[in-house]
Amino acid sequence: MRQKDGGADPGRLSRRSFLCTTTVAAAAAAAAGWRAETADAAAPDPLIGATGPRGLVDTNVWLGQWPGRRLPLEETPALVARLRRQGVRQAWAGSFDGLWHKDLGAVNARLAAECRRQGRGLLTPFGTINPADPAWEEDLRRCAEEHQMPGIRLHPNYHGYQLDDPALARLLDRAGQRGLIVQLVAAMEDERTQHPRMRVPQVDVAPLAALLASRPELRLVLLNWGRGANSVQPPRLAEAGQICFDIATLEGVGGVASLLRQVSAGRVVFGSCAPLFYLESALLKLQESPLTEAQLAAVRADNALRLRRRVS
Amino acid sequence: MKIWDAHCHLSGVPGQTPAERMAQLLSFADRLGIERLCVCMGMRWSYDPTPADMRQQNDEVLAALQHWPHRALGYVYLTPNHVAASLAELDRCVRDGPMVGVKLWVARRAHAPELDPIVERATELQAPILQHTYLKATGNLPGESTPMDLAELARRHPAATFIGAHAGGDFELGLRALRACENVSVDLCGTDPAAGMTEMAVRELGAHRVLYGSDAGGRSFASQLGKVLGADIPAAAKKLILGENLRRLLRPILQRKKSL
Repeated sequence: MRQKDGGADPGRLSRRSFLCTTTVAAAAAAAAGWRAETADAAAPDPLIGATGPRGLVDTNVWLGQWPGRRLPLEETPALVARLRRQGVRQAWAGSFDGLWHKDLGAVNARLAAECRRQGRGLLTPFGTINPADPAWEEDLRRCAEEHQMPGIRLHPNYHGYQLDDPALARLLDRAGQRGLIVQLVAAMEDERTQHPRMRVPQVDVAPLAALLASRPELRLVLLNWGRGANSVQPPRLAEAGQICFDIATLEGVGGVASLLRQVSAGRVVFGSCAPLFYLESALLKLQESPLTEAQLAAVRADNALRLRRRVS
Repeated sequence: MKIWDAHCHLSGVPGQTPAERMAQLLSFADRLGIERLCVCMGMRWSYDPTPADMRQQNDEVLAALQHWPHRALGYVYLTPNHVAASLAELDRCVRDGPMVGVKLWVARRAHAPELDPIVERATELQAPILQHTYLKATGNLPGESTPMDLAELARRHPAATFIGAHAGGDFELGLRALRACENVSVDLCGTDPAAGMTEMAVRELGAHRVLYGSDAGGRSFASQLGKVLGADIPAAAKKLILGENLRRLLRPILQRKKSL
């Protein structure tokens, strides 16, 4: 890892400049004696300039209201403003409504409209598809053709099917034929702190390797997989097919670096699960782990942009 | 800004020895500007430790502290299932040793009378008590405390200083359960970085009763620090939470030990 400014390539972020412009860096730098104490720790410093020319791509963003509590950034304009302030240039947004509502056609139409109206060019809609729903093929067509979405988001645990369900295999085939990115969400909340009447187990991803291996063209992003999902074995899944892992629920000290020892840098994407989670928690994980400039660039944006380019 | 982490462990961290693990923890803490870590419990945990196990775990923390006296602070791990041994361990590690607080985990629920002599002795030594609290929809361990258990204990010991770990786990219930107990602060660690948690803690308890903690190495320093830095609260509140509150709670014992 380089410790000094490289200087030669303005498109590549140096460790020093990254530290000095991230949210925590003001506090961190002061604590480490690098510069005077920050005047206002409450106002997150923008990551602009620290995120490279492409900024951050957050692959794990949500719109709407979470049923369990009001979230500080649940209004789309406030969320967009925070994302922008922290250097996010593209956010792949799903809908909380997609977890609970049965009329997913309407959910996806609202999501697409909200991204157009409020997204200011930042929000990219990822529609929700439920392969156990009798109308899922029409929902998929609308996502791809009418809403021009680059991908879809799946919730096997909230929609009540297992990954070895033949309906999911058919959906993955259709999504692959349409060139859609498939995001599979392994969990939303820690099972320990769920509402006692709204308990949803994590997705058992054990069958995923076989699904990937038999679909070499499928591009899948696994979201919120890092918490207690014992069946998730990143190296095995990475070997099986085209899969990327987000970092929203990745825990343990130096978690991103640890993941990058298991899979290549091309398999890890930035994801925050904002506004359900604090966006800054995911941002700081990039700072906690000692990453090379190439690893940082890949995780921050390049991997996600590569996925999008292949779709386009 | 001096960031102090109120809740760290030697488990879940690479390294064969306590010193190696502490070095690992500090290498990550340094990247986030975290100045001091409060560490408790050893390299292998047990829900209901024997006196020998308890002593070994504390020895491991002492070994870690020995190598990093200016970066690490220790809480002595005790169990109300072995009161006499715990009181002896409290004297060994806090009265006669470098540790500055007490850690109680899941051996017995916090409202049990067996905790009383431990709390009384810790209070004499001016040592804050970090009590694990977690309200789980999946069901608690038999000896695992709820925040309501801690509230009951805190009401029995108004002169004691408590830290309710994890803000009760289910923070919305935990914060409400502990709100009325002025001698209880909470740490924010060991849960998902659920947006709004810190704002609620400040609203219900006041910023002066909220502490940053990570629960590293099982948790990420970063994910938990983001709870504070990403919260919509005043800058002054963040300074309190990130370090000033913990320093205030530890000031009496640190001054007595002349290590502040």
